[in-house]
Formats: sequence, C-alpha cells, structure tokens
Amino acid sequence: MFRRPAATVRRLVIAVPFFAAIGLAFRLNSGPIRAPADATNPGFVLDDATKAAGITFVHHRPSFDPRITNVEPHVAALGASVSVTDFDGDGLPDLYFTNSRFGEPNALYRNKGDGTFEDVAATAGVADLNRPGEGVSMGGVWGDFDNDGREDLLVYRYGYLALLRNVDGKRFEDVTQTAGLRRWVNSNGAIWFDYDRDGLLDLYITAYFRSDIDLWHLTTTRIMHNSFEYATNGGKNLLFHNVGGGKFEDVTDKLGVGSTRWTLAAASADFDEDGWPDLYLANDYGPEELFLNDHGKRFVPVTAGLSSESKSGMSVALGDAFNRGRLDAFVTNISERGYLFQNNNLRLNRLVDAKRFVNVAEGAVADAGWAWGAQFGDLNNDGMNELFVANGFISADSTTSYWYAMSKIAGANGRLFEDAATWPAFGNASLSGYERSRVYLNRGVAGWTDVAERVGATDTYDGRAVAFADLENRGAIDVIIANQNQPATLYRTTPDSANHWVEFHLIGTRSNRSAIGAEVVVESGDLRQRRIVDGGMGFASQNDRRLHFGLGRREWVDRVVIHWPSGTEQVLQHPLIDRLVTVTEPAR
Amino acid sequence: MTELASTASTTLSWKERARRIDPRYLIAFLITLVLVLAQLRYHIVGGYERLAVALLACTATEALLSWFDRGKVVNLQSAYISGLSLTLLEKPQGAALWPIALGGWLAISSKYVLRYRENHLWNPTNFAIVTLLLVAPEHISVLSHQWGNDLATNLVIWVFGLVIASRVRVLHITLTYVAAFFALNTVRSLVLGQPILPEIAPITGPMYQLFVFFMITDPRTVVRGRRPQMIVAVIIAFVEAMIRFASDHAWPLPTAFNAAPPLVALWLVGPAAKWIDLHRAGPRKPVPVPFPEAQVTPPVSARGSSPVASGAR
Repeated sequence: MFRRPAATVRRLVIAVPFFAAIGLAFRLNSGPIRAPADATNPGFVLDDATKAAGITFVHHRPSFDPRITNVEPHVAALGASVSVTDFDGDGLPDLYFTNSRFGEPNALYRNKGDGTFEDVAATAGVADLNRPGEGVSMGGVWGDFDNDGREDLLVYRYGYLALLRNVDGKRFEDVTQTAGLRRWVNSNGAIWFDYDRDGLLDLYITAYFRSDIDLWHLTTTRIMHNSFEYATNGGKNLLFHNVGGGKFEDVTDKLGVGSTRWTLAAASADFDEDGWPDLYLANDYGPEELFLNDHGKRFVPVTAGLSSESKSGMSVALGDAFNRGRLDAFVTNISERGYLFQNNNLRLNRLVDAKRFVNVAEGAVADAGWAWGAQFGDLNNDGMNELFVANGFISADSTTSYWYAMSKIAGANGRLFEDAATWPAFGNASLSGYERSRVYLNRGVAGWTDVAERVGATDTYDGRAVAFADLENRGAIDVIIANQNQPATLYRTTPDSANHWVEFHLIGTRSNRSAIGAEVVVESGDLRQRRIVDGGMGFASQNDRRLHFGLGRREWVDRVVIHWPSGTEQVLQHPLIDRLVTVTEPAR
Repeated sequence: MTELASTASTTLSWKERARRIDPRYLIAFLITLVLVLAQLRYHIVGGYERLAVALLACTATEALLSWFDRGKVVNLQSAYISGLSLTLLEKPQGAALWPIALGGWLAISSKYVLRYRENHLWNPTNFAIVTLLLVAPEHISVLSHQWGNDLATNLVIWVFGLVIASRVRVLHITLTYVAAFFALNTVRSLVLGQPILPEIAPITGPMYQLFVFFMITDPRTVVRGRRPQMIVAVIIAFVEAMIRFASDHAWPLPTAFNAAPPLVALWLVGPAAKWIDLHRAGPRKPVPVPFPEAQVTPPVSARGSSPVASGAR
C-alpha cells in the first residue's frame, strides 16, 4: 500500500522536476543537446568570389508615392532578382540582375569563361528598364519563346511587362507591344512553361499589389492585404498563351488560374505524372495553391494538403528531397523568435499514391528566419540535394525592430491594415534584418543540418533571389544571390573531389527549344533522382537550364530517362560521367 | 433519478436549466468552441499532434500530481482547459512538441509548487507560456495573427465570451480590463503622438480574446471582492501599457515583453495581487470563495483548499 509522505516532502518531490523542466527548456533553447556528428564534414565549401568574379552589381530599392512613406521600407522591400542563361550561346551560363529604382540599370553579366564576368547590359539593351511611367524591375526569366535558338528575356516589374527578344546573342529588341504583353502588373514573379505542350513557351505572371495601383501616383492608400492569413485582395495572376508568330493571348479566365492571393512565386512541373505541367503557387498572406493541368484545356485547383495551414509563402523550389524520383516542394515562410513561427514547408509529393503533399519540415529546416529564395542542389555531389535559403527582410537600425509595431496590427481587423496610412511608421527600424543565409545539409532520414557557417556562407545581407549554376563547367554548383538594396553575392562551390557528377544540356525539337519543363531521372545503383529544367523557380530567380546530378562515389550511371514536354520519353543507357552531356530531343 | 425528480426536471424551463449549468462546463464549452471554430476556419491548431500532446501533458500531470499530493485524482476539467489554451496560445518552432509537453507540465505543476496558503498564485497557462517565452524564446512564439483578421469570427467569440463571462459573474473583470486598455492606450498614443487605431487594434486580436475570457478572469487566481478584482484588472492594464511604452522606445526588454505584453503584465501583477490578498486574509483562515455561486460540486481537496468550480487553467 502506497503511503503518502508528508506535505512538505510531497511539494519538494514535485518542485524538483518542476524547476528541472524550466532548466531543460533553457538548455534546449540554445540548441540540440547532441549535435549531429556527420555534419562536421559537409563535403563542400563556399568561397565568396563576388569581387574576384568582377560582379559589382548593387540593387537599389524603389521610392514610391509619399502618401505611403510610413510603410515604404516594407512596400519597397522586393525587386532584387537573379536569373541564369547562356544568352550568347557560348556554352557558359550568364547572369541577369534586376534593379528597382528609377534610373538604376539592370545588369547582364557575360561569363568570360575564366571565372570573371563583364556587364554588357547597356550594349545589349537590357539595362535601362527602370523608368518613370514604365515601372521598376522586379525580376526576369529567360526562355526561347520563338524557338530560334536564342534565349529571350521577360522582365516583370511594378509596372509594364517587358518582353525582350534576343536578336543575335548580343543585343535585344523590345517586342512587348507586338507580342500583346503590354500590361501593367505589379508583379514579383513569372515563369515560362508550355502548358498545352504545343512546343511554344507560354507565360504565367504572378501579381502582388492590384494591377490598378500605380505605386507612384496613388489614388488611395487602401492598397495592402486585408488579412495576414487569407488575403484575396492582391493582384490577379495572368496566363498568356503563346499562339506563335511572336504573339500571346490572355487565357487566364479560360484556364482558371487568375488567383488574387498575393502570389510571390510560381513553379511548374508534372506533379501528378499525367504528362501535363501543373502549377504551384506560393502566396504571401495565404495558403499555397496547386492547379492541376487538365490536358492543356483548363487548370483544376486542388487542396492536396496545402491548405492545412495558412502562412506567408515567399518562394517555391522544386527538387527531389529524398531521391524518391519525384519533385517535392520547399516553400519558405517567416519565423521570428518569440513572435511568429510559421515554419517553412518541405512538402513531399505524394500526389500519385495519396493525392496530396505531405509536409515533413521539422527542426532546423523549418526555421530559416524571414526566408526568401531557396533552391535544391547537390552542393557536395554526394547524390543528395542540399537546400540553400536566402533570408532577412529589412536591415536598417539594428537596435530597433519593427516586429513590436507589426504585432500591434497583425491581429487587428483586416479593414484597418488594408489601409497603408494606418500602419505605424517604419522609421529606420529593421524587420528581421541581418539574418545569415542557411545551407541545409541533406542527411537523409537523419534530417537536415544547417552548415552555413561551417561551409563559409556567412553573409548577413537581405537575400531575396537564389540561383544555381555551374558557372565554369567544372561539375560544381555555384550559388548566386541577389540581395535587396545591397550588393549581389557569388559563392563559388568546391565539392568533395572524390565524388562524381554528370550534367545534361537539353535541346528541344518537338518541345520548346529551351526544354523548359523537361524532367530527367538519373538512375545509378540505389540512386534515383529527378530534376526539372525550370522556366523560373524559387523567388524571382531562375536556375541554369543545364541539370546537374551528383553521383557520390558511384562511377557509372545505369540509365537516364528524359521526359520531354512534348510527351516524348527518351532513355539513355550508361552515359559518360564527370562531364556535360548534350541531348537533343528525338524527332519521334 | 426518482420519478418525482424526473418530472420536476422535465418541467423546468430552458432558462432555468441554463441557469443551473455548472459554470465550469460553460468555460470548457467556450474554449472548445473557440478551438473548433478557429480550427475549422483557420486551421489554427497547426497539427493535431500538438493538441493531443497538450491535452495529454496537462491531464496526465493533473491526475498524477493530484493523486500524489492529495490522495485522489481531481476533476480534470481545468487541465482540459489548460491543454486547449496552450494549444491555442503557444506556437512552437518547426514541428517541435517539447515546448507543448513542457508547457503542459509547467502549467499544471505550477499549481502544486508555486503556492501560498494552500492557493496557487499564477494562472497555470499564463505561467507556462510566459515562463517558456522568457527561457526559450528561440523555440516558442505566442499566438499573434492566426485568426483570419476577420470581423465575424471576432464577433462570435466576443458574444459567446461576454455571455458566459456574465453567467460566471466575471464580466466586470473583463469589461474593466477592456475599458482600461482603451483608456490607457489612447493616452499612450497621444503621449507618443502616434495614431490611435494601431494602438487599440490589438484588443481585437486572438491573444487578447483568450486573455480576457480565460486568463485574467480565472476564478482561482483572482483576488476576493468585486472592487479589488476591478482594481487589479486596471493595474494589469497599466503595467501592460508601461511595457508597451518601453517597447515604443525600444528599451532592451526580453522578447516576451514585446511579443506578449498582456500576458507578461498578468504574470507580474496577478501573483503579487493574489499573494497580498491571501496575506491579508491571515493564516489558517479559510479563504472565501470569490464566486460562491460556482460551488456546484464538492470540494476537490480533502485538505480544505478552495472548491471554486471553474478551477485553474
């Protein structure tokens, strides 16, 4: 029979674990009790090669109507973007950065092949795109819309869209008007994809602020979101169908993809493996959206497990997180100690077997601060994708935070903060500023470990766009970051030299020539990994179209399956490794 | 039930039946309503495993400690309310469940450890959340905007909350606090030269709704007497306004102060007021029950602790 001790003893017995629990919480606050052992050797290092490469680009944020000066740091906090392409066809990836202040030029860095770059934007005619009456650049995406073998450029702005046709690999001409794309859209994102598989690249434009708003000449200050969770008063996204002959038609309503959810990023892939490219949206102030492509005739919105939590989607990156041969989605969100843990989403694609995505983000990968652009890429060539996440929102006075002011209005009724004039003045406050990038090492079932500082990613810029490219054709994925109102950064990657790799340069024939939307599955022993040629992915970014696969110690590839956008499936047996392999789509 | 009793119960008017409902169930009903509504409309729970862990941690701790300390397992309704409050208010980093589990343990065990004259001093959920915000801010945040910023939801919660607060006879606390909040923050905005609307806007937020209906009115931790209760509510609002004033000037405060001013104000003022109240009542005197009408069940303690019905949460 249990005999209860005296009251004082009983209280003491309870008090010990009570205070121990407080001590445990304090201890856990400083990190896991046991650090993962295998994170001590990530297998790669990143060196800041920005200066050595001759990249001197500095982004400048815009200034808007003085009626919203109180929130201008917030409204003007976007626009730094980077996209990769080989615009001159010399076999080397080049870089395009956008600027966002009137008079400040965009930059097109031509890769000279010796590790350095030269800005040729002015001579190419793609620099002077930030002008009163036209708007300011928010980003650019490359795609060969006329299938002439040269990559063309679509610049989206807070203002008019601009389509710049690549004439001869040296200069561009503005064909916006004749293409039927002269539309004012306050856009932060766009992607090329061929939704109807007709071999011509179509264009999806995401809109942030409503398209009737001219941020320099406001007629109202009621321009903000009307909910921090379920806002639907943003701009209307647009889908333009490439009808050939250099012309596009607006098919947004016909196809049913005119979301007004403050979309910040879009990505496309054949998620349900039915052969048709689907559309995935990351929305600020709202849940993500997935539109499944019904044979190019219409898009069907499906919840697919994406609406279980509403967050602030900043970017969407696609990659095969755990080598399941499927494209998963990583969507960045906002986390700030004490105030808000929205947590990033790492959504495993289980559409085929379970009709849904399953969020498995936990631990370090769930919290990257105020996270923006992200990309999957095998930085150490071990056969598993790492994740690079740029972050930090507004770095100003480091001693003053706007989070407290934000917390006052965040719970209020939407009618209040929809009016920008009612927001507390920003002044020179920071808002999740001075955050360092995160580099998550993929340890498979053991999870993801942030190794940023260990590998050398130590910058604390306000990162926005991240793009990956093997800039020197040496089998290593380099990291390019566009930082808001700050200099761009180039991290040169040195992977474990004992690991092998293979890269593919795809050229479409029946498909669009850029091969955007082509998905490649590499099989090597127990390794099975899928990648896609993207027409824009992440936040305001686009990776090199050439696909890079790390193989680890594997010295061969069993086979490669290429799913071309046209529907053609091509199989390569035992391709050579440690090299770039060029593949042209078969005629049949 | 006898035939006579059965007949009598069937002849009772619905009003009379409503009046006879144990107030504890009204509180439990209200917070359940809040949770269900918020989950259905806004998916606020963030994973049902959080709800399960919070409920399990709170009820298991209550059962274990009450059995160990008092020799019997007490009614677990207050632990249920604490579990739901934690689920709603505490938002952990990533998919971490340890803040929820530790929060449940701290909330309930604080009732058995932090006591004065056989009464606990802190509202359990308030204690757990603020303590965790102070010692583990890297992994814990407090409910902020996950309520849709929607007027309709606000109205439903406020209407049910006010009706039930009135029924449980704590409406004066709620209304005093709300009035003091409006007055003090209006003054604060005038002193600072800031627009008034953003300063009074937080009162419509989800954290405040849970605060005014479930924390500041907790019968087990409020002081005796209607007037002292109202005075304490004003003091809490005043301390909160001071915290906000310090935050306005970017004074280097712990994150908890900036992120959850009302919770911290209650965490600071509530126990002090309760301690003074108990001290003034004198030793060994039975503490008068603040809400006698709530005594609808026998005392939960064999050792003479207050049998207030709605209990700590």
